[in-house]
Amino acid sequence: MEAKELLFLFIAIVTIASAGLVAFSNKLIHSAFALMATFVGFAALYVFLSADFLAVTQIVVYVGGILILILFGVMMTHRIYDTTLKTIHNPLAMGIISAAALAVILGLVIYRSPWAATVDKPFVPTTSIIGAEILTNYLLPFELVSVLLLGVLIGAVFLARTEEHKK
Amino acid sequence: MISLQSYLIISAVVFILGILTILYKKNAVGILMGVELILNSVNLNFLAFSKYIDAHINGQLVAIFIIILAASEAAVALAIILNLYRDRANIDVTQVDQMKN
Repeated sequence: MEAKELLFLFIAIVTIASAGLVAFSNKLIHSAFALMATFVGFAALYVFLSADFLAVTQIVVYVGGILILILFGVMMTHRIYDTTLKTIHNPLAMGIISAAALAVILGLVIYRSPWAATVDKPFVPTTSIIGAEILTNYLLPFELVSVLLLGVLIGAVFLARTEEHKK
Repeated sequence: MISLQSYLIISAVVFILGILTILYKKNAVGILMGVELILNSVNLNFLAFSKYIDAHINGQLVAIFIIILAASEAAVALAIILNLYRDRANIDVTQVDQMKN
């Protein structure tokens, strides 16, 4: 039990530190790779929360998909920021003030709220349960999301293609 | 035993760092990274509540839909950013103010 808690602490520190690196890194490519560490740390936390399917989905979708998209975005648009490296950030004071206010609010919510009694569940593999739930109770959001994905697919291709300039 | 509050604290810290990323960066891709951090922290909250409070796994199902929405949001946002870069050769969000007046 002691080793489990040590591992949890290590993963939490790595996740939070890399999230801080995402926020405060000066080069965008460093932010992108720190974001990868954050995503992997979140997947490890999902394993601690006995969500095995979600952990694998996190790796596949976030690290394999979204992060690659973001890296493409960084590498295709980084040319401007190599020359004018000085002005890549907004003033920090406004961000720090709002973040501190948000931290106070969230801390009060976390510590003052009377959370419901914890349910003690044994670990069961969740994949078959998720599959059954998606096709029964969550059928309407599933269908809506598939229509949304089709729209996003067409929309992203339409937006990102190069226009043929006709005279 | 790892408590529910520790997950909530991690999630809150990452959420705050995401907000800070959005406010601090000028680059549109950096802002997109902040949005991804926020969506991840929300997911962690859902999964923590799904394990500690819910007797079923409704939180995990909501988290799946959030992941799908995050993926589609990233795809469309990057398409818009690439278009913007092709048009203006600049993705500094403080410079993009054609629609302001």
